[in-house]
Amino acid sequence: MKNNNDKEVSRRNMWSGILFGVGLIAFIDETVFHQLLRWHHFYDKSTTDVGLISDGIFHAFSWFATIAGLFLFADLRRRNGLIFQRWLGGVLLGIGVFQLYDGLIQHKWMRIHQIRYVDNVIVYDIIWNVSAFIILLIGLFLLFRKSQNSKLKEKTANE
Amino acid sequence: MSSLYLLHSHNQAEMNHSAPVSNVQLFLGLLFVLLFTAYIIAVFITNQRYKKWPVFRTVSWTIGIGFALVAVVGPLASSAHTNFTAHMISHLLLSMIAPIFMAIAKPMTLLLRTANTTLARKLTSILKSRLLKYISHPITAAVLNVGGLWLLYTTNLYTYMHENAFIALFVHFHFFIAGYVFTISIIYFDPVHHQYSYRFRAAVLIAAIAGHDILSKYMYANPPAGVSRQEAEMGSMVMYYAGDWIEVVLIVIFCWQWYKSTKPRRSAAVEFNRDEQVALYGKEG
Repeated sequence: MKNNNDKEVSRRNMWSGILFGVGLIAFIDETVFHQLLRWHHFYDKSTTDVGLISDGIFHAFSWFATIAGLFLFADLRRRNGLIFQRWLGGVLLGIGVFQLYDGLIQHKWMRIHQIRYVDNVIVYDIIWNVSAFIILLIGLFLLFRKSQNSKLKEKTANE
Repeated sequence: MSSLYLLHSHNQAEMNHSAPVSNVQLFLGLLFVLLFTAYIIAVFITNQRYKKWPVFRTVSWTIGIGFALVAVVGPLASSAHTNFTAHMISHLLLSMIAPIFMAIAKPMTLLLRTANTTLARKLTSILKSRLLKYISHPITAAVLNVGGLWLLYTTNLYTYMHENAFIALFVHFHFFIAGYVFTISIIYFDPVHHQYSYRFRAAVLIAAIAGHDILSKYMYANPPAGVSRQEAEMGSMVMYYAGDWIEVVLIVIFCWQWYKSTKPRRSAAVEFNRDEQVALYGKEG
């Protein structure tokens, strides 16, 4: 019973983090790469219908995810169930997974848009995907680090 | 002589052109003034009989009506006839912003509280009817709302709207009613007879926002009939970026209601908090 509850709290910390992470990186992606740098844009001429639809759904989902993730965060605090390290792990995991999805599926497989329209785009691709992978790994490390995995366990152990 | 004739014909042309437009403006304007008056009268009646109706709801209704009026009468509504960006701003005001403020004002609660018992019963049975249940279902409301926009901007309807006053009137009605029904099918302020789960409504909301986003990007590349490329680009950017922030408001209200509804009861809060549990019930609670 107690373990189930711990698992539930851990799970919520992770999902709150993942939702917020996905929303955050989608927002950064749009602001930095679309608006400020203008490397790729609102509507690339090469975009297919599938690209348009997937972008729309992703955008709607990312808005929702950012806000819902923050409300879940508030809910965890309200219940004294926040495990910050695990939450942060979720955020980094969300960022990493989103960037890898964007970099591999959308850029390379579906070819919706490229990171930047230059000759040696492969350099950008490598930096993009490797950094995404590293962020993902740090996220996983924080999530599954055994020693301080659950502060709740520690608290009960100290009693 | 000839210059006089030209002046005359010019005036006439202008009058012919603007007559149906001003009729539409007059009609829609009167409608919202009527809605405003009805609400204020209801507040006076209800305040005499029961507990005072919160002022912020009246303020919210006033703001909502104000935005709707800006959208349907006056300079913005007039230039919306020829300018696609102005049209898009009036769409955002009429079918997205005004409904949110008007939903917060709880008009149905006010109406039921003000009406006498027989009338209130009748209203309740109408609200419970199958037709209204069907129309206010989140999916139907979303399809009517976003689907209506797709129909308007991807067919010739947008051109017809400018030629025919009745179509213009109908489109504006639809803008407002579909926007309002969709808003109240997602966020509940007034009592709702057919409640749907938060998860389900979240999914519908995301799908509807996606439909709105996709349409605005689609229009950027495929201008609606009779709209120049430059105007379509400007208008669709307004729809996309301004629409975004209104959608954020809708999501925040929705999540806030969800957050409030899952407020832990005392026992649930204890379950999450080991320290407190130990303090209350001893070591192994």
